[in-house]
Amino acid sequence: MANQALGAPRLPGPQPVEKKNVAVSASSRSVPLIGMRSRPWADRLFYFAMLACGLCVLALVGLILYQLIVNSRLSWHAFGVKFFFRSEWDPVNDQYGAWPFVYGTIVSSFLALVLAVPLAIGVAMFITEMAPRWLRGPLAFTTELLAAIPSVIYGLWAIFVLVPLLRLYAEPWLAKYFGWTSAVTHRFGFQGPFEGPPFGIGMLAAGVILAIMVIPIISSITREVMTAVPQQQREAVLALGATRWEMIRTGVLRNARVGIMGGIILGLGRALGETMAVTMVIGNRPDISASLFAPGYTMASVIANEFSEASGDLYLSSLVEVGLALFIVTIIVNILAQFLVWTVTRGTPARSNA
Amino acid sequence: MPETTPSAGLVATPVSLWRRAKNWVMTSAAVACVLLVLLPLGAIFAYLVIKGIGSINWAFLTQTPKPVGEPGGGMANAIAGTVLILAIASVGGVPVGIGAGIFLAEYGRNRFGDVIRFTADVLNGVPSIIVGIVAYALVVIVQHHFSALAGGVALAIMMIPTITRATEEMLLLVPNAVREAAYGLGVSRWRTTLSITLRTATSGVITGVMLAFARVAGETAPLLFTAFGNQYWNWKLNQPTAALSLQIFTYAISPFDEWHRQAWAGALILIILIVLSVSAVRVAASRGMLKGAN
Amino acid sequence: MGVGIQVEKLNAWFGKTQALYDIDMTIAANHATAIIGPSGCGKSTFVRCLNRMHETVPEARAAGRVRIGELDVYNGTSAVSIRRRIGMVFQKPNPFPTMSIFDNVAAGLKLNGFHDRKRLAGIVEQSLQLSALWEEVKDSMHKKSGASLSGGQQQRLCIARALAVEPEVLLMDEPCSALDPISTGKIEELIFHLKERFTIVIVTHNMQQASRVAEFTGFFLLGRMIEFDKTEKIFTTPSDKRTEDYITGRFG
Repeated sequence: MANQALGAPRLPGPQPVEKKNVAVSASSRSVPLIGMRSRPWADRLFYFAMLACGLCVLALVGLILYQLIVNSRLSWHAFGVKFFFRSEWDPVNDQYGAWPFVYGTIVSSFLALVLAVPLAIGVAMFITEMAPRWLRGPLAFTTELLAAIPSVIYGLWAIFVLVPLLRLYAEPWLAKYFGWTSAVTHRFGFQGPFEGPPFGIGMLAAGVILAIMVIPIISSITREVMTAVPQQQREAVLALGATRWEMIRTGVLRNARVGIMGGIILGLGRALGETMAVTMVIGNRPDISASLFAPGYTMASVIANEFSEASGDLYLSSLVEVGLALFIVTIIVNILAQFLVWTVTRGTPARSNA
Repeated sequence: MPETTPSAGLVATPVSLWRRAKNWVMTSAAVACVLLVLLPLGAIFAYLVIKGIGSINWAFLTQTPKPVGEPGGGMANAIAGTVLILAIASVGGVPVGIGAGIFLAEYGRNRFGDVIRFTADVLNGVPSIIVGIVAYALVVIVQHHFSALAGGVALAIMMIPTITRATEEMLLLVPNAVREAAYGLGVSRWRTTLSITLRTATSGVITGVMLAFARVAGETAPLLFTAFGNQYWNWKLNQPTAALSLQIFTYAISPFDEWHRQAWAGALILIILIVLSVSAVRVAASRGMLKGAN
Repeated sequence: MGVGIQVEKLNAWFGKTQALYDIDMTIAANHATAIIGPSGCGKSTFVRCLNRMHETVPEARAAGRVRIGELDVYNGTSAVSIRRRIGMVFQKPNPFPTMSIFDNVAAGLKLNGFHDRKRLAGIVEQSLQLSALWEEVKDSMHKKSGASLSGGQQQRLCIARALAVEPEVLLMDEPCSALDPISTGKIEELIFHLKERFTIVIVTHNMQQASRVAEFTGFFLLGRMIEFDKTEKIFTTPSDKRTEDYITGRFG
């Protein structure tokens, strides 16, 4: 053991205490210790209260499912699974079949996606990759503003602005230049997509207004996943001499593919459940037609229109069954979408250990 | 095609015309997309203002609807009804939402918390008309009539997931050091969570609540067969109540021009209220919601 | 007014990893004791076991006996009560961001149910004077937020906050490592005065600081306490070779 640590600096010992004029009484305790209560049960109670709130969330979803199942039992017993493939919707004779609504929901949502996806991705691409920095915030804000507009206001605008536009300009134009498709479809026994009198009100109007409504969601998710692509990916492609579009295509879009898919499916989920705007412009007729000009009906719309006046238990039960189907489909679609988005952005926010 | 000599390895080959053209086309396409998307947005706001502003007057804001065919009347009861229903909704929705958010942030950093988090997102995606059905089954069937309470229940269910997620996010932004400082002083956990952590995140949580309000204030579908609507004033919980969104819907699909005019006015008021809330949220966010949480 | 601390066979784990092995130590009342050692040796963990802050980390636990004065820390008293008798100052200053300077200092009292306004004002003044911050903030302490002060001032604010509840022991976990030399000097000066009233345990990676401030020093390595003695002895004639290697800079 070294007596004097080799090469150790001569460290100074503790310095002498410098007395300062601090008016302090060193002895008395000014704050009574007894006054401080100790209530260990309070923590437990708080935990359970918060837990109860968390469980409420679970309970609500369970409750929704339960109520839908219980209240649709009558209809399920009466019609079975064929309920969704029958076309007869006749409250007078108590005969119900939901196929027209299923068809209408599928067609309107699909049409909405066809219109919305390219636009949404284009907007997202522009905001994240092409727009000058100062423009990004305002543009993002305005697209989010679209998401804040209530459905009923979309519907109002659609009735008085979109529908006349379609009736007077768009639909005649489509009929004129794409009416030849009718000749093709007639061979198979279907109406053409642009056939029939252009009322304005109908499937096309529903598809267009739905498209406008789901663009913000798809765009926002797409932006999120595109931003999540690391800068190195972009730089790697640029360093190879790519143009900006090529960089976006191979460096960003390719990597964000999965997430964008998730965003699209999320948009689909929104479109499926959208009620008011669709109800106001789709015509609300339980008919099935291949033409986009024809009126139609969706699952959400039939519930909205007929629920409050449904007389008779079977009628009501059938409507609830339509709701149950809609609920299950939207949940599956949303779960799928969330999963896809989560794999790209790793959902849960992390606690900051600053 | 530009020539390249063997010794031109270090000289950059110019980008071909075809690739540059593609680049230009795609850029223009993206710009076109932006314009096409902004177009309906602009059109909607323009029409709302043009068609609605003329009809907003003192009478509109203070009177109830007149019978069909008579001109005049207003949506005062509808505006009041929306406020009433929102108030009822917040009694249940806000505490449960914040409580669930606290649970997720403070006690839910585990599998079980993940399940709840996931379920909240599922709840968020449930179509609003379905929530209406459930509120109908829970309240209207039991009470045998439509009511403001039923409407409030429906909107409460819709508020909860939004508030939960926002609260959780805001609480997680509070640095752990702040909690530790409180623990070090001998403050119990529940007190720390409420008086320190939640207090630090307060403005963020309020923001989340306001966003939830803005979202459900415009909802119509869940009110169709719960609150149902009412021509007159109503302040009772268990009677049908008018709501702004419902009124707009009823008027819009009616065949009367007078009602159409009022629908636009009502819509303008609704959108103003919503835009105000959303903008207030943005302003609060940019001003730094967590003052000094560095 | 301070009390001594008796540590017997203290062990601590993070999940399955053991962080402290059989620590035995006697800490003298009304003196400052420094804990030194290389990064990861367990000094912070040790100090956090004294006021049971260690267990706030999920999956963390401790076993052993710690007596502070007549209090048995791990047996018979709740962690919350322990922490009211022992104050802690952290590495990075952490004033409550939404509270004023006054409210920060009063926080420990208010949150535990003490609301007597007049006496609160007196205690806050006293604590701020003890931590040598009074002159600098006495005019603005109700208006300015705790987070608006400089780093060194914030740390003194945190010290005042800890002192306001009149603990008997003050634990300081590398309190100056985030501060500039001038603030560090001010805080070291503070520790001298505080020694009269409190028992101080200070973790530091700065050996010069340990020798300036503490009468006793413990050297930790890999979760074990290697040597514990008067500071002067540790730094001039350490008994253990590992201690010597550390203070001469051969590792660390």
